[in-house]
Amino acid sequence: MKLSNTETIPGHTIREFYGVVSGSTVRAKHVGRDLMAGLKNLVGGELKGYTELLQEARQEAVDRMVEQARSVGANAVVNVRFSTSSVTQGAAELFAYGTAVQVD
Amino acid sequence: MEPWIEPAIRLGFPLALLAVTYFIGSTVERRHQHNLRQRELRSRNLPALTFATPPADWRIEDSALVTGSVVISIDYFKRFLAGLRGLFGGRIASYESLLDRARREALLRLKESAFEGGYRAVVNVRLETSRLASSTRRGEGTSGVEVLAFGTALKLPRV
Repeated sequence: MKLSNTETIPGHTIREFYGVVSGSTVRAKHVGRDLMAGLKNLVGGELKGYTELLQEARQEAVDRMVEQARSVGANAVVNVRFSTSSVTQGAAELFAYGTAVQVD
Repeated sequence: MEPWIEPAIRLGFPLALLAVTYFIGSTVERRHQHNLRQRELRSRNLPALTFATPPADWRIEDSALVTGSVVISIDYFKRFLAGLRGLFGGRIASYESLLDRARREALLRLKESAFEGGYRAVVNVRLETSRLASSTRRGEGTSGVEVLAFGTALKLPRV
């Protein structure tokens, strides 16, 4: 599956459009990571636990989007966008969406 | 126990925490800025453009979606100062520096992941910033800012 955040897959021509596909996941941080991040928060700098958590979550959202694209018969997703929203304390929703297409 | 000991401890602890986090926090920030400069010099041969369409004369062999992200926070001392700033208004330099470092870090990670995959340029680069929600209802607890950089990496023939 080819992904791109431009309106076409560079070097390919779009043959067919299948519409919007999306994937999302809601994740909460766990206590151990939160404790470490809490200590790190005092001195500043990167909160690695959270960086990884969000990367994993975003990857899962993308995987779900790709799964959906595959099920409608697409071989690429163009114009992929990401969005993050916090739904409740200590949890975030990671959302990925794009347009499923058939390229040659 | 002497009567002055208890207030001294009550006042002393936050002051000591402010002092300690000021020194460690400044060192962490200085090191990060140094590290960013070094890596920016190394990755300057890989262009990251905000154009959606690559220049017409580029022959593109392959493409992929690449991302780079970081969650970062400032130290206790600077957060305290920023809180005071909130009373008087004006620019909060410590947060400006935090966001600047976060964006540069995310962009560098994007470039580094593109480079590792054998790509030679990234187009349509977008930057997104989101604040991590606090873990408690009162708005306390850990929080930070996340910056995500994403774009379409291109494989180009060697010139």
